[in-house]
Amino acid sequence: MANLTEFARERYAQAALRARPASIWLRRGWSETLIELLIRLSGLSTIAIVGLIFLFLVREGLPTFLDIPLRQLFSGRWYPIEGLYGLWPLLVGSLVVTAGAIIIAVPLGLTTAIYLGEIAPPWQREILKPLVEVLAGIPSIVLGFLGWVTLAPIIQGLGAPTGLTALTGSLILAYMALPAIISISEDALYAVPKEYRDGALAIGATQWQTIWRVVLPAARSGLAMAVMLGIGRAIGETMAVMMVTGNAAFVPDLGLDMPLSPVRTMTATIAAEMGEVAQGSLHYSVLFGIGIVLFVVTFTINLIAGRLVGSVVRRRGGQL
Amino acid sequence: MKRQQTQKLAIAVITGAAALVVIPIVLVILYIVVQGIGALSWEFLTARPRNGMTEGGIMPAILGTLILTLGTAIVCLPLAIGAAIYLAEYAKDNRLTRWVRLAIVNLAGIPSIVYGLFGLGAFVLFLQFGTSILAGSLTLGIMTLPVVISTAEEAILSVPQEFRLVSQSLGATRWQTIRHQVLPHAMPGIITGIILGLSRAAGETAPILFTVAAFYLPSLPSSVSDQTMALPYHLYVITTQVPGMPLSVQYGTALVLLLLVLSLTLVATVIRTRMRRRRDW
Amino acid sequence: MDPKIAVQNVFFTYGDGTEALRNVSLDIAPFQIFVLFGPARAGKTTLLRLFNRLSDLIENTTVQGQVLVSGRDVFERSTDVIDLRRRIGMVFAVPTPLPGTIRENLTYGLRMAGVRSRDELERRVERSLTQAALWDEAKDRLSRPASALSGGQKQRLCIARSLALEPEVLILDNPTSGLDPLSTAMVEESLHDLKQRYTIIMVPHSVQQAARVATRAAFMLDGEIVEVGDADQIFGQPLVKQTEDYVTGRFG
Ligand SMILES: Nc1ncnc2c1ncn2[C@@H]1O[C@H](COP(=O)(O)OP(=O)(O)OP(=O)(O)O)[C@@H](O)[C@H]1O
Ligand SMILES: [Mg+2]
Repeated sequence: MANLTEFARERYAQAALRARPASIWLRRGWSETLIELLIRLSGLSTIAIVGLIFLFLVREGLPTFLDIPLRQLFSGRWYPIEGLYGLWPLLVGSLVVTAGAIIIAVPLGLTTAIYLGEIAPPWQREILKPLVEVLAGIPSIVLGFLGWVTLAPIIQGLGAPTGLTALTGSLILAYMALPAIISISEDALYAVPKEYRDGALAIGATQWQTIWRVVLPAARSGLAMAVMLGIGRAIGETMAVMMVTGNAAFVPDLGLDMPLSPVRTMTATIAAEMGEVAQGSLHYSVLFGIGIVLFVVTFTINLIAGRLVGSVVRRRGGQL
Repeated sequence: MKRQQTQKLAIAVITGAAALVVIPIVLVILYIVVQGIGALSWEFLTARPRNGMTEGGIMPAILGTLILTLGTAIVCLPLAIGAAIYLAEYAKDNRLTRWVRLAIVNLAGIPSIVYGLFGLGAFVLFLQFGTSILAGSLTLGIMTLPVVISTAEEAILSVPQEFRLVSQSLGATRWQTIRHQVLPHAMPGIITGIILGLSRAAGETAPILFTVAAFYLPSLPSSVSDQTMALPYHLYVITTQVPGMPLSVQYGTALVLLLLVLSLTLVATVIRTRMRRRRDW
Repeated sequence: MDPKIAVQNVFFTYGDGTEALRNVSLDIAPFQIFVLFGPARAGKTTLLRLFNRLSDLIENTTVQGQVLVSGRDVFERSTDVIDLRRRIGMVFAVPTPLPGTIRENLTYGLRMAGVRSRDELERRVERSLTQAALWDEAKDRLSRPASALSGGQKQRLCIARSLALEPEVLILDNPTSGLDPLSTAMVEESLHDLKQRYTIIMVPHSVQQAARVATRAAFMLDGEIVEVGDADQIFGQPLVKQTEDYVTGRFG
């Protein structure tokens, strides 16, 4: 008797499990369908967002390229009060500061990555890696502030008329670009198969020879990518640069003391002047126009970096 | 032997360069702590600025940054986690997916000041939110997307495939599998990514310059369409825009911002290691 | 009796071009232990995962031919895959308890199917554990983490977890690969009892195990079925030379 009830109950439960309409929509419930739709939409929204960013930059910045003759845009006078919008000094400013930062940061970053990946004992790695992460976490305004109150006086001591120079900016920027350069280079070194190293060491190469002749060449595309992305970081940095580069919109004279002249970058120009312009004015549009230039430049850099090592980009996702 | 000498020299140079990177980091943090600790007081943290901001505290700026961070989270998290799930669980290996990935890489590369321009053009002006917490949060939230998406995707991908197989072999749907097996296990990684992203947002200045930040406000914000003060912008203002600002107040503000951001980073790291240890596979 | 599962001229290719199955045809009658054996990479796992469409989880694959479960093609558009997977239990080579307690593991499939009743769940827990010969060992620790079980217990838990859904077919893909002889014996014994109620398809750990448990057996090689027959015949007087070589250990 007990068995019979149990049997009946069992059949009933099974029937409950089975008695589901075949339609996918009904079976999985509308909530699940809705959730999956939302998930897909959020994935696709990233494309839309990039598009929208570009769209809004163009919407506000287009008059730059329509209303100002190209010759003026490439001229050497940035003097908005008189209606002179030569982007050349700003381009050169960004270029000088970024180049300086890269010249400092790339050797430092690569060697630090080599140290972390090839030389440092594990206990040091445990301490140093988080430290580099901490550097990545320090807000740019804090570094800019420090540059302003401590580094600038030191630079001035070097004989510059002011401490707020391209060099000051490059130094600060270098440290801001370092974490990205170090972590991507480290990934690139790490991806070199262990057999390469073992093989070189086995035929009697020293550790340094192994690194120099075998590991670095094998990792070169990854290292190139680290450099590209370091450049991307440096070009886009705003606040720290604005605080310490002196913001003089002149093309500095070529020469040995060029690093010691004040410059003004594209980013700093936007940040410093947007607050004072009338919305809809030509000056306002030009600031957006500079934004377009920055967008296109960083987009291109990322594209090239992505081409360099598609797999590394994919592995690291958007976090470069 | 010459070879050995080169080896020694090279190692010494490399070690020296690494020291050149690491030592300044330690020094910078120590220096700010030493210089700023004197300014920290209960009043500094809880009072409003007085006397042209040279006295009193920085509470409105701290509060503003906390509000903006919360706003960033609200904007960013649903989208970012949705996109991460999409990439890790739904996206096929096709052209559309490659476009999505390309978009994320490029979002990560766009300069923060350009996000600021976008926020100004899209939220402040076009959608007429004005300079407001709403516009600032939207801007910061979008800027934070790529970091959170990529760390969350990595966390989701690190969940062993067996759990998906087992769950689906037991008749769970794809979403049920994600909801009950994948997400719980990816959570530590996802949370780490979220906090890292938020700590970055909390320290950003450029995106809030034209979208929300106020130089000085006599009263606290009362709705999302108000402006607010914020720590990073406040530091900028009192350093470069207000003459005669006592250095101790500047260092104090820098220290508070640094502590806020770094403690978020620390929390993220602790959560990650804690929850990793608790995993049982 | 009609076959529980009928495979008809199935070809299967992975995204990288690997032809894992080539013109496979097979009939599996209900209430028996059908053993599918053969060397590594013969395509056994691939074939088994077609039965419950777990193959769907891999991208870019192509399937030709038909796989009929209870007479209906699983690749038909109208097939309810979720329901199919509830009707076909599957146990994997590595015991994979889901994180959580023993009870949570056992009730997972049911809960996902929307079964809410506590009584019902408890009843199924006890029944499935009993059928998998784990009840005595596990009854006092249902609320403990499943990860605390031994390897053999974990695998029996995985069997019980499939049985909790009252499937019609139970597929075991090399379920004793990581187990010690004693645990292996316990799993084999529980299978023997289970074939009264379920159709069991199993990839064995070894030819010896195949011979011990099989009612019928099929020998697979390089994505093709070489020979199918009753266990006595396949392991006693195989008709095909390759089968004989493999069964007698002269293979390779
Ligand atoms: N996901 C996959 N992608 C591409 N090829 C695969 C995949 N899975 C299996 N294969 C290939 O398909 C063929 C059959 O593999 P399958 O796993 O079905 O063999 P098997 O008989 O189960 O082997 P084993 O005894 O090792 O488990 C093999 O050549 C294998 O390399
Ligand atoms: Mg297999």
